[in-house]
Amino acid sequence: MGQEFLAVIILLIIAALTAVGIVAASALIGRRVSPEERNIPYECGLDPASRPFGRFPIKFFLVGVLFLIFDVEVVFLIPWAAAFRGSASLGNGAVLAVELVVFVSLLALALVFAWARGALEWER
Amino acid sequence: MNAMDISIAAARAVVIFGLVLSLIPVLIWMERKGAAYIQDRRGPNRAHILGFRLGGLVHMLADALKLLTKEEVTAAGVMKPLVFLAPALAFFAATATVAAVPFSGPISVAGQTLTLEVANMKAGLVYVLAISSLGAYALLLAGVTSQTSYSFLGAMRAASQFISYELALGMAALALFLVAGSLSLTDIAADQGAVLWRWNAFRQPLAFLIFMAALFAEASRLPFDLPEGDSEIVGYHVEYSSMRFAMFFMAEYAHIIVGSAVVAALFFGGWNIPFADQGLIAANAERIAAVAWPIAAVVLMLAGASIAQRFKKRFGDLRDYEPVMIGLPMMIAGVTLAILYAPLGDVILSTRWLPAAVTFVLGFTAVLAKTLLIASVFVWVRWTLPRFRYDQVMAFGWKILLPAGMLNLVVTAAIMLYLG
Repeated sequence: MGQEFLAVIILLIIAALTAVGIVAASALIGRRVSPEERNIPYECGLDPASRPFGRFPIKFFLVGVLFLIFDVEVVFLIPWAAAFRGSASLGNGAVLAVELVVFVSLLALALVFAWARGALEWER
Repeated sequence: MNAMDISIAAARAVVIFGLVLSLIPVLIWMERKGAAYIQDRRGPNRAHILGFRLGGLVHMLADALKLLTKEEVTAAGVMKPLVFLAPALAFFAATATVAAVPFSGPISVAGQTLTLEVANMKAGLVYVLAISSLGAYALLLAGVTSQTSYSFLGAMRAASQFISYELALGMAALALFLVAGSLSLTDIAADQGAVLWRWNAFRQPLAFLIFMAALFAEASRLPFDLPEGDSEIVGYHVEYSSMRFAMFFMAEYAHIIVGSAVVAALFFGGWNIPFADQGLIAANAERIAAVAWPIAAVVLMLAGASIAQRFKKRFGDLRDYEPVMIGLPMMIAGVTLAILYAPLGDVILSTRWLPAAVTFVLGFTAVLAKTLLIASVFVWVRWTLPRFRYDQVMAFGWKILLPAGMLNLVVTAAIMLYLG
């Protein structure tokens, strides 16, 4: 088992080194003729009129919060799925199936609530 | 753990990473050629090295060199280390995901069972979801550090889409875990076996559709390509130029390749060939090789001849001689194979490692063929469907894919309970 994870670590190191290597190579090889004006952030050629960290629509925050809830749901369901197979073969899978329905419908209810309150609506 | 173990581990990692890296230009070539033929053009076919154009594949090398030598524009007042980190992280997240993907079936050589994969991870699916979702940080970093409100909003949009579709991806993967009883991609591929209708694409059709749709969105491909929108939309990478910009697109192509390999393992039986399981192939290895050898010889000769006869003076330089330079060696190789069949055939066909070699070659070819076929669906869809509007993208993810994923999970559990 140790050897298997050694291979994963080596792969992670190779991938990271390659990624950094390409970025560094580009920075070293690329030519440099930058007049002052070119370094102004892109706003269609005009002097920047907006602040970089201005306000942003609350929708993005809502999506982030909802994502957390449902991603944790997926994480919680993984051990459930592991247990379900074992107990289904022992004959008491029905209990776990009811647990799944209760858990998923609670979260489905949360989704319906968010939907009804308009958290999933975007202006066109 | 001795030096042998370490070198085997390093060899696995290097071979698989090299495979992914070398498939990136192939996929870009497939995309450009596919786009060209769908639009009734010829696509890239001019650049050459010593006359070798390789059907336009050399253009990808030329592109890489051009991008590397371009000037990098770094906007004033940005957080420099983070600007460099973002594209590197995007590339890292897309390529490191491959660690859990099997590229061949288990082969027994000299009493040992070997598989062409980095590691048979027990939690392979979780690893895939975890590492690939690091890409969200790359998008956010790129947009937020660029010091303009346009890229900032672009990053917000990209990250929102990314995390929304990740839920659907996780839900679809969960149903597969339920069916196969293992999170390891190798076990899931082995569980499907060589029977066509036992493949998860047929056992779990809804999960397959959800997974594919979510994968398109995760790789930000059309019809979900709002994060980048090549020429029309100002996205998170508006301040990026040169190779630093191209890194995001290399990451996108790596994402497609690794994602296609994951889909091949999860839904199309990985290395399994329909109705020919590994035991059958190993038992008949000698017969397969005995048939494949003359066929290979004849195909090489005919293909070489048909390439060589296309010789025509068109360009007036080395490129004219490319058909001959490629066709003649192919013909010679075919003839050599045919001649060698008589003296060497019996010796090679009766060697001990032949079953292992034949199973490995067929399994690896199956994985590669499935991966490239699925990847070509990405190309096909890109030139077929128009782009969604942003509110449609979010509605599709939250109001259709996520409830469908939940439903699929409950129905799968009910069916498993019913079947015992």
